Amino acid sequence: MAELDTSGGGKKDGGKVRTKKQSTRVDLTAMVDLAFLLITFFILTTTLQKPKAMDLTMPDKDEKQNNQLPVPETRTMTVLLGTNNKVEWFMGQPSNPLTAPTVTGFGKSGIRESLLDKSKEVLAKSGKPMIVLIKPSDKSTYADMVSMMDELNIVGNEQRAIVDISQPEIDLLKRDNIY
Amino acid sequence: MARAKVSRKSTAIDMTAMCDVAFLLLTFFILSAKPKVQDPLHADIPASTTIQALPETDFSSLLVSQGKVVFSVEGTDVRMETLRGMADQYKINFTPEEIKQFAGLDSYGYSIQFLKQYLAMSNQDRAKYPVTGVPVDTTDNNELFWWVKNARKADKLVHNKELKVAIKGDSKEEYPTIAKIIKTLQKQEVNKFGLITSLKTVAK
Repeated sequence: MAELDTSGGGKKDGGKVRTKKQSTRVDLTAMVDLAFLLITFFILTTTLQKPKAMDLTMPDKDEKQNNQLPVPETRTMTVLLGTNNKVEWFMGQPSNPLTAPTVTGFGKSGIRESLLDKSKEVLAKSGKPMIVLIKPSDKSTYADMVSMMDELNIVGNEQRAIVDISQPEIDLLKRDNIY
Repeated sequence: MARAKVSRKSTAIDMTAMCDVAFLLLTFFILSAKPKVQDPLHADIPASTTIQALPETDFSSLLVSQGKVVFSVEGTDVRMETLRGMADQYKINFTPEEIKQFAGLDSYGYSIQFLKQYLAMSNQDRAKYPVTGVPVDTTDNNELFWWVKNARKADKLVHNKELKVAIKGDSKEEYPTIAKIIKTLQKQEVNKFGLITSLKTVAK
């Protein structure tokens, strides 16, 4: 945006040669353009990258003292993580489950439904919260474990633990073709 | 009758104030910016609905992908102290120059025996060199165990705070690798740690 130079200048009759008086105004448009361009660049490259995490608390693994309380099998639900994002759950012990092992998936109509059902049932029967044991098999992925912990967070289950899987449970997964 | 003439105004606007604001914002963003760090291994992080923000200091992350682990810890002072601890542990002498160089590394995913050679490389060579991963096993010579242990010691010494450890795993990573890392952490009584996830909205 050019501005007209209205100041007089040049030679005048019989006068001295004068330097032309220049306007002090600078055109800032280009500078502002550049500044905003850089701002946009910095906004896009930085602040959107904040790592977020889900907390995971594991039970204390102290081998010396054994102050673990026996857990009634009516209150425990075991969830086995198999391959292909499939899970298998049952109540009680693997050798003698109280409910037949069921294969299901993640999400609203999958394990979450069973978790909600059973935790209500357990709470009504014993007045205590349900305990969930998660047993990831060697064929399960990290995403499965995270999804499972997430389901428990959604249902609001506090009593849970990640436990190593045992051979009878692997056999169970094999039987149902998710190992 | 003479018509009233609309006086023609100049279209030039005074941009000084706008320019000031723009540069003020620019300065703010530059100062608060933390450059995006390129991960040495690609990890497709899983999504979860319940997440917490992670601290920016006193924080260590373990990147797990393709069965390999890459260790990283925040803060140059903590990194230097960590390396000093590792040098004691493995009886390797590092020159002050090497320690300074290590402080500038964002992450480290090789065996400790390779560190001297790695520090001597140029930045381009480092980027090209394939990541082999920090060795993890269940013996006493578990390098990841000592890295985490020394980082925790260093953080306690430098900042007098508990170091927060988080695992950044790839969704497709097989569970045994993760189990090995969790065991490593539990061995030094780190029973609470984070799993870095992205946000997912809950399907009702």
